[in-house]
Amino acid sequence: MKWTRRDMLKGLGSLPIVGGIWWAGASSSIVSSKERSELLEQLNIQPSLPPALPIIGGAAIRVGIIGFGIRGEQLCRSLGFATKEWLQNMEKAKEENTNHTALRDFLNQEKLNVQLVAVCDIFDIRAEKVINSFSSDNIKVKRFKTHQEMIRSGNVDAVIIATPDHWHAPMAIDALENGVHAYVEKPMTHTIEETYKLKEVAEKSDAYLMIGHQHRQTLSFKTAQDVVAKGTLGHVSVIQTNTNRNDDNGAWNYHIHEKANDQTIDWDLFLGSAPKIPFNKEHFFRWRKWWAYGSGLSGDLLTHDYDRLNCVLNMGIPNSIMASGGIYTHIDGRNVPDVLQVNMEFPNFSTGSSQKKGKEKGMTFIYSATLGNGFNRPTLLMGHDATMELGNKLTVWPDGRSTKYADMMASKKMHPRTPIFQYDPSSNLPDAISSATSQYFADKGLMWTYINGARIDSTFLHLREWLNGIRNGGDLSCGIKEGFDEAITAHMTGLSYKLGRKIEWNSSDQIIKPIDGVNFDEVLLSNK
Amino acid sequence: MVRNKSKWDLKNSVVLMRILIGWHFLFEGIVKLYNPDWTSFGYLASAQGPLKPMFLALTNDAIISTVDMLNVGALIFVGITLILGVFEKLGAFVGIGLLALYYLTHPPFPWLTQLNVEGSYWFVNKNLIELAACLVIYQFPTGNYFGLGRIFNKNKQLNKIEEL
Repeated sequence: MKWTRRDMLKGLGSLPIVGGIWWAGASSSIVSSKERSELLEQLNIQPSLPPALPIIGGAAIRVGIIGFGIRGEQLCRSLGFATKEWLQNMEKAKEENTNHTALRDFLNQEKLNVQLVAVCDIFDIRAEKVINSFSSDNIKVKRFKTHQEMIRSGNVDAVIIATPDHWHAPMAIDALENGVHAYVEKPMTHTIEETYKLKEVAEKSDAYLMIGHQHRQTLSFKTAQDVVAKGTLGHVSVIQTNTNRNDDNGAWNYHIHEKANDQTIDWDLFLGSAPKIPFNKEHFFRWRKWWAYGSGLSGDLLTHDYDRLNCVLNMGIPNSIMASGGIYTHIDGRNVPDVLQVNMEFPNFSTGSSQKKGKEKGMTFIYSATLGNGFNRPTLLMGHDATMELGNKLTVWPDGRSTKYADMMASKKMHPRTPIFQYDPSSNLPDAISSATSQYFADKGLMWTYINGARIDSTFLHLREWLNGIRNGGDLSCGIKEGFDEAITAHMTGLSYKLGRKIEWNSSDQIIKPIDGVNFDEVLLSNK
Repeated sequence: MVRNKSKWDLKNSVVLMRILIGWHFLFEGIVKLYNPDWTSFGYLASAQGPLKPMFLALTNDAIISTVDMLNVGALIFVGITLILGVFEKLGAFVGIGLLALYYLTHPPFPWLTQLNVEGSYWFVNKNLIELAACLVIYQFPTGNYFGLGRIFNKNKQLNKIEEL
């Protein structure tokens, strides 16, 4: 065999191509991954891992549910109890759309060491649903007419309160005073007076109080705490959060049950401390639309956004609040606003500064809400050095005029349009989310979080933390301190909207600055 | 013969196509090989179309790293064989297999949402066209004309016949 020069050229001619491509691919990969790791090293942000909770051992914790409406049913599911109707519906949904994972997620959920033993609901149909669905051969769910009877029965160790707002505090106070642990939905209270009363009782009681801000379990928020703590954003001067919904469900016009009447509903018990009016189905099922039982955007949805940020920044109660808005999108007899703009001032708060000492201090928290538009406005924390978008995903963009990153900008290692940090625990997991309202909550990280790529219901984690505290001790992530901050902020907002003036907080005395001739609680409760 | 006189004929075009496709495969493989964070997880987890369950199954924790390794290995293998012109039939065959999988993971069917695509496609996309090109390479090997095959499979007679 003999090779000619021509053979060698044509035989080996493409070898340099392989070498060239290998070099180009390897060096571009190595350079970009080196730049990335340099950047991450400099930022030093630690993506959080889920806390390892000890096992909730011993005898099962006996839980009673007070209020089995929309939220009560969701809470029971998170606790591990789904109604027969729901299971059937989800089975059907799965047959229609294999992407529908609600049933699978529920079945995969870790089983908690609890028994659902009691129910308190003033609508017979709902109470019977609980008894029929959750009673087993060993445990028959017992129905109580009032929360007092349930709490004093000796049958329950803990209660979950998912009632209209005006019942939250009276029930929580009664439970804690009787040594029964309580999980109460937000807002924690309906009036200022009961906020202080509940705080006093909770601090004295050995029983555990948990406020239902389940997003505190969202891993991206825990990572966000680290982003802020490391000074990544610099001094944050503005936070913007929003509510955008554009459907009847999102505007609290819930379904009115066909079997609802004054025979199946204990109307007097529903009213409680609220003004006496004749039986009204609309008020019963859509109570969030009236100040007498609910608190509209300020108590219902602002509290979520406020607590989300309080969880990340721990900024506490604002020095002052100005709110305005109106009923512009759902003129249907409601008296809570459906469009609301709130400015909260924190003149002494700072997330740290990269500039000359004393140049930066203070922050405005803007909450902007409408129930007449569904465009997804992101939650933004805007700092001198970077902007963070906070949701189930977390993204940080450097600011073009940042002091901290000036060198990196100049050397083109950073660009204002390219995120310097992104945390997406869902990693492209396909979701099947049907309703607009649940999408609204999911985008905000209020519904579930992702642990090792698996979608976990954050309410489940929140309940588990509460049960773990009950059995094993330790602090809760959303106890009375956090609830107090949230409730006072919501009430100050409601007052500002209703009075059309600035409401101020006196932090040394821990009171809302009085206004001559104005009884704050009367204003809050008034149907005006 | 006039026909033989350094004329740019079909054989040369196929060689060019073979090298360009090999180039594409090799670079994709090398970039992934040297990026420690690269994984096919997102690509597979967002799969659509008739084989979605199969691709989702590949994202399983236990096998995803093997899937990644096989993908990178196959990409580099196809790249090297096509550029160098050695075992090119096998290379083209593996390339067809890979491209068929990529095509089926995110098929450009009008009833599916197109994720992260840079153009407009209706059943036919670039993966499918590259697949067809690999088919040509498979049926029309040129390694003995331009490539290592010329040295390893030196069979003067055959070469002579080919060159005539």
